[in-house]
Amino acid sequence: MEFLSYFGGVFEPIAFMLLLGGTIGGLILGATPGLSPTMAVALLIPFTFQLSPTQGLILLGAAYTSTVAGGAVSAILLKIPGAPANIATALDGHEMAKNGEGARALHLSFMSSGIGGITGVLLLIFLTPVLAQWALAFGPSHLFWLAILGVTVIGSLDSKSFVKGLLSGCIGLWLSMIGYDDIQGAQRFIFHDALTGGIHIIAALIGIFAIPQVLDMFAKGRRKVAIETVEVPEHAIGDSVREVARSARPLTIGTVIGSIVGLIPGIGGQIAGLVAYDQSKKFSPNKAKFGTGHPEGLIAAESANNAMVGPSLVPLLTLSIPGSPTAAVLLGGLLIHGIFPGSDIFERNPEVIWTFINSMLIGQILMVIFGIAIAKWAAKIARAPLPIMASAVLVLSLFGSYSVQQSMGDVWIMLSLGLGMYFLEKFGFSAAPVVLGLILGPIAESNFVQGSMIAGAMYDGVWAKATYFMTGSLNIGLIVLVILSVGYSFMSHRANSKSPASDAGARA
Amino acid sequence: MTASRTQHLAASSVILAVALTVGWVSFTQQPEEAFLFPRLISVFFGIFALWNFIRAVMGLSKVGEGLDGATVRAIIPGLIVMLIYIFWAAKGYGKIATLEGHWSYDWVRRGMGFYASSTLAFFTLYTLYDPAPRTELKGWAKRIIVTAIFMAIIYGLFALLLKVQTPRGMIF
Repeated sequence: MEFLSYFGGVFEPIAFMLLLGGTIGGLILGATPGLSPTMAVALLIPFTFQLSPTQGLILLGAAYTSTVAGGAVSAILLKIPGAPANIATALDGHEMAKNGEGARALHLSFMSSGIGGITGVLLLIFLTPVLAQWALAFGPSHLFWLAILGVTVIGSLDSKSFVKGLLSGCIGLWLSMIGYDDIQGAQRFIFHDALTGGIHIIAALIGIFAIPQVLDMFAKGRRKVAIETVEVPEHAIGDSVREVARSARPLTIGTVIGSIVGLIPGIGGQIAGLVAYDQSKKFSPNKAKFGTGHPEGLIAAESANNAMVGPSLVPLLTLSIPGSPTAAVLLGGLLIHGIFPGSDIFERNPEVIWTFINSMLIGQILMVIFGIAIAKWAAKIARAPLPIMASAVLVLSLFGSYSVQQSMGDVWIMLSLGLGMYFLEKFGFSAAPVVLGLILGPIAESNFVQGSMIAGAMYDGVWAKATYFMTGSLNIGLIVLVILSVGYSFMSHRANSKSPASDAGARA
Repeated sequence: MTASRTQHLAASSVILAVALTVGWVSFTQQPEEAFLFPRLISVFFGIFALWNFIRAVMGLSKVGEGLDGATVRAIIPGLIVMLIYIFWAAKGYGKIATLEGHWSYDWVRRGMGFYASSTLAFFTLYTLYDPAPRTELKGWAKRIIVTAIFMAIIYGLFALLLKVQTPRGMIF
């Protein structure tokens, strides 16, 4: 119950203002189609440089939580999911809105998000120290395999193509090696002066997540996008509270699935929402009503995508392996503030980490209150013209990446990586494995080098040294997990490619 | 819509070329210890890139919609503005010996400055992609007002609040 003694930090004036601002801003950003939670958090990181680590993390955590929930506004009112995590929300949410129940759908969405989110953060509070203790047993070889596991899991699960997902991870790992080698001081892959200091993670994150979205907005040209909007008549909050209280089944299904999905590195809210929706439908006596504006699907999907947020930080804080792409960006935020995840994170930075986690708990409550309060207003933001959003994101990307080190080199790297990622995405490559490779590359390499040195002192010959990485129950367990994640993904992609329906889907 | 086989082949060729270059550099550069990890990664990078290339050659690479003419035509004006804005207007281009002494030299070298170029880029992109007719005075007024408000917010955030020192250039 150590976390209770750090609640005071959340209510310090600046910290609380940041929590409030992050929550409201995150709800608005989340409600804006085209601005994903990952990109929103990446663009916010430069704003935290002037803040203390605690304050910076509170802002980023609040934005992470509320952008996921805010995405439900446009999913319900416009049938445009604000983020991939809200795809399942749109299925019944928009039907409810079309039936004149927009306010009811929004209330249910924010309340179930809050319940799922609070459960997820409680899991974070109670599971993280346990996993941190367990992580004490990890040596360089285990940490090397964990980093590789992080890249292979996200590479194989977050991509539509097995080989392109793993290839994206390799590209990220290669990008992480550009610059001077820390131990030997040798230059590696420096083919332009701007790359001498390596690729700064924040500039890379902004470029990889923001620039492709700017270009996607450009790609829509001067078309006036016709958006189906609906009126939102008032709905009594008391009725919504009673309805949520009666919806134990979808809430439980959503929260449990979201929490489990969050704990598995690399999967993310999109899967959580869709799986919860599907399972809720399977267990419901009203299966036929799903898709026609039935609240059970909405409640399951929203509780799942927010329940995922807390647990996605458990492997991040203890093992440096993010549970979702947005958590990967948050890892960049932690590193920039000198907070290095690991088994002793609660001993080195107890105040920063506990205050950050507590703020996420309070943030969930604020998210419900302000989500309901600004829902109707946020719908107007959701209709913000694309040319304004594209221009604004571009200018913010320039200022954000420049302010990291006051270097134009970072800006050029940001744009170059962004343009490269746009073209890669057009050919089926994913941004998340590239980012994971970029973030986990240095962790994998430093532990690989340390492990090689230890092995060098113990054994002679390359193959004998390799036994250091290949033997021991923990090493073997991790290698099996790497093989299983790759093998499972290979088999499922193979099965999908043989199915005519999925082939048509891939072509669509 | 699926990208043509040629497009997938071109993309996978570029990736394979990058992977081979990474492998070649990793296995030829010294000191060996500094390239131990790059060698390990480049082997897997090469294998996956080759696998991807073979799939593209066999016409099995279907994931990814590729780029069609309409998308390219829509992107190009914005991309040009973006490239000029970031690679020149914001901070200039450094020294160009052939222009030395010419009136344009200082402009090319110093650029316009962060705030001036950002204002111009925002307004240009907004105008380029705004579906509102360009013949209406009201539309132009709206674009000018939105640009001014947005840049005032950016100036307040970065210059006044975060105190980020940005390159000044010829204007601001």
